[in-house]
Amino acid sequence: MRLTLRVWRQAGPEDNGRYVEYHVPDAEPEMSLLELLDSLNGRLLDDGVEPVAFDSDCREGICGSCGVTVDGRPHGPAENTPSCHQRLDTYSDGDTLRIEPMRTAVFPVIRDLVVDRSALDGIVEAGAHVSLPAGTAPDADATALGHDDAETALDLAACIGCGACVAACPNGSANLFVGAKLGHLALMPVASRERGSRAREMVRAADQEFGSCSLYGECSRVCPAGIPLRAIGMVNRERLRAVFRRS
Amino acid sequence: MTGPLTQGVSGTFEPPPVTAPGARAGGVLSSGAPVGDPATAWSRQRDSYPLVSPGNRRRFHVVVVGTGLAGAGAAAALGELGYRVTAFTYHDAPRRAHSVAAQGGINAARARRVDGDSLHRFVADTVKGGDFRGREAEAYRLGEESVRVIDHFSAIGTPFAREYGGVLSTRSFGGVQVSRTYYSRGQTGQQLQIAGTQALQRQIRAGTVRLHTRHEMLDLIVDDAGCHGVVVRDLVSGNLRAETAHAVVLATGGYGNVFHDSTLAVNSNASAVWRAHQRGALFASPSFVQFHPTALPKDTDWQAKTILMSESLRNDGRIWVPLHAGDDRPPGDIPDTERDYFLERRYPAFGNLVPRDVASRAITAEIRDGRGAGPRRNSVYLDFREALARDGRRKIAERYGNLFEMYSHATGEDPYTVPMRIAPTCHFTMGGLWSDYDLQTSIPGLFVGGECGWAYHGANRLGANSLLSASVDGWFTLPYSVPAHLAARLGEEPPDDDDEVVTTAVGRARARVDALLAVGGSTGPAHFHRELGEILYAGCGVTRTAEGLISAIGRIRDLRARFWSDLRVTGTGEHLNQVLELAGRTADYLELAELMCVDALDRDESCGAHFRDEHQTSGGEALRRDDHWRFASAWGSEGDDRGGPRSFTRHAEPLDFSAVELTTRDYR
Repeated sequence: MRLTLRVWRQAGPEDNGRYVEYHVPDAEPEMSLLELLDSLNGRLLDDGVEPVAFDSDCREGICGSCGVTVDGRPHGPAENTPSCHQRLDTYSDGDTLRIEPMRTAVFPVIRDLVVDRSALDGIVEAGAHVSLPAGTAPDADATALGHDDAETALDLAACIGCGACVAACPNGSANLFVGAKLGHLALMPVASRERGSRAREMVRAADQEFGSCSLYGECSRVCPAGIPLRAIGMVNRERLRAVFRRS
Repeated sequence: MTGPLTQGVSGTFEPPPVTAPGARAGGVLSSGAPVGDPATAWSRQRDSYPLVSPGNRRRFHVVVVGTGLAGAGAAAALGELGYRVTAFTYHDAPRRAHSVAAQGGINAARARRVDGDSLHRFVADTVKGGDFRGREAEAYRLGEESVRVIDHFSAIGTPFAREYGGVLSTRSFGGVQVSRTYYSRGQTGQQLQIAGTQALQRQIRAGTVRLHTRHEMLDLIVDDAGCHGVVVRDLVSGNLRAETAHAVVLATGGYGNVFHDSTLAVNSNASAVWRAHQRGALFASPSFVQFHPTALPKDTDWQAKTILMSESLRNDGRIWVPLHAGDDRPPGDIPDTERDYFLERRYPAFGNLVPRDVASRAITAEIRDGRGAGPRRNSVYLDFREALARDGRRKIAERYGNLFEMYSHATGEDPYTVPMRIAPTCHFTMGGLWSDYDLQTSIPGLFVGGECGWAYHGANRLGANSLLSASVDGWFTLPYSVPAHLAARLGEEPPDDDDEVVTTAVGRARARVDALLAVGGSTGPAHFHRELGEILYAGCGVTRTAEGLISAIGRIRDLRARFWSDLRVTGTGEHLNQVLELAGRTADYLELAELMCVDALDRDESCGAHFRDEHQTSGGEALRRDDHWRFASAWGSEGDDRGGPRSFTRHAEPLDFSAVELTTRDYR
């Protein structure tokens, strides 16, 4: 099928950027959004034009590298699906797609569709880890964890760190990301012992860089890992708990 | 460079003559493992390592390239011990390394269950699974340290699957008859990678590790005394600079993307190890490449890569093809009497859980004989019908839910109602930089961890041993062996940035970038990469012949010459330029691919993933030639890096097996 792409081109952080229109005459419904960009780039390169820069790596929906915004929606039209797994079967011959970077104040554009998401790592560095030197861990079977708690922890730990939740939020809040991490580590036997300090540090870091949460719920709808909206509640739960308990 | 390691060992070993035309014989290598019982080698080695006192550790600077399971572990552990560490990743965040995509599990020789498992059994499975072309003493270390790997990752945040009583759950994997694989649904790699990365980020916060994201290693700073650091390119600004250090750890993953279509991430590459090789580090067993049996078939020509389905699916899924070639009925309409469950038929003892190389060859044979399924007849069925009837949808979803979801995302088919279609694809490289028992390459001060090294897996890696080897290398081997190297260097400082050895390396890297930009042809690097992949699949794929390899070598040389005369790179070197990045990586693949074919041609036997049609049993199984080829080939190669001819020298490390009896692999 023939598709028209309006793609955001921006030479660098200082450049103003603009949309450029391209025509792809031979898109297939089975193609992913990123394979569509691959095919566009192949043609641009053949013509001696610099291809569109975009991030992607595993193309299996797990590394979290990819993430573009299509017609205003981070990752694209299908809910809970990363850009690399978005298929073109929702489009028809002659459709136009507006493709731009994941837009939010804390993700500056590096080039074209590539953004800097290091602010998310700032939150992790603040406290999403466990004070445990290598080799000193207790026997994992001695620190029992119930089957259902392990499964719930895994549901929350599934976050791929793509940043779509932030880009989808009208406030630019990272609460889905923060809540998923806090909720996951609060369930793990050894990690849970520093819940209080972890919550204080991570929430402080998130408040410094990101917006506040107004429960729009857009984050959970775009999340490719299906992190449930209740993860947001864990931010408040862990924050409140940390007020009353030291650890 | 390889002088100190090229010495006579264990009496009378004499390697057979080099059979690849034009290649030369080199020296005999020693592993440096303590002599005697391999079961106790690691504890004896650790006892003999010189130590660095806590107060002196901050005097030493270590560079770690790559932040996957091995790199993040090594950087975090060394930082935690007090060494100054600088880590590089080409990703925007350390958590994105391709370890994240491993699915099914991580082995550990904990032997908690009463199913007959033990450390010795782990070693026997690993060594036998690798077809006796890996190091026995290192398999012991892998098993020994695996016990605390599970405890460590569980404590730092990996939610392993648990039984209702609260203890860890395990499952089985290909090539074994016990249950020793720990897992987090079908996303074990992701969970280990995230936990490991967060441990690394704890050290970044503590100030012991400096991390540079979006940086790619382009060269190695090396002289006769050894390795003194790396040259990196800031992928955003294009700026080239040196980072000097007392030791360098490469943990940059495998080179399977040389085939273009592989289960690796699209940016996975061989440049770091190939640069090290060009500077003198020997490359061991380059042709040992595993084709994973349970990947998704390639349905279109524009796919960027192939997608893996975890081997753990073979616990419950049954593999079959229609009994008659050309049977076009939908799978549900084919009655059981007209299905051939060929793995269960041929290998009754292991059934669908035969090792990957055996399964891949058997599947490839069925497809070649015309019994393949799907529109291109390029796949076989992996059927969960019986498991769903037996265990119920809920139970199956708990074990494999996200894999089923990924499958339906990728194919649009629902595996709960129709069988999956799977096919072999390039997956894991057992070859890599040759290293001694301390994971040190033939360049002093240059270490390897994880898939970019070579030692454990022999000619075929058993499932769930990959996450394990990366974890053990990073967390529990390099933190012992790198300090042992540093201890002898107290008082030595790395060279200054204006030292000749540093400026030479930076100049070399710059000249290379300029050369790629200057070719001025009309064909993008992706075209060359794709074409190279086709040549390699045909010549050096699931099975190989002398004739096919000789032809592939010629075609690779031609393609390399065309690359250097017709390459087109748009833009400049002074900004984020993904075409330039791919051009550099493709140039390296074009050299590495020739070495792979030379190694495969030289090794005139079949073993594990290296299957020469000329050497098979009457039943079509791999026929090893232990009398001639019971050694690891470690190659040196020379030539310019602008497409010219290359020459090859084969060094050899004899492989001794004292704890595991040298047997023919039989999974019947």
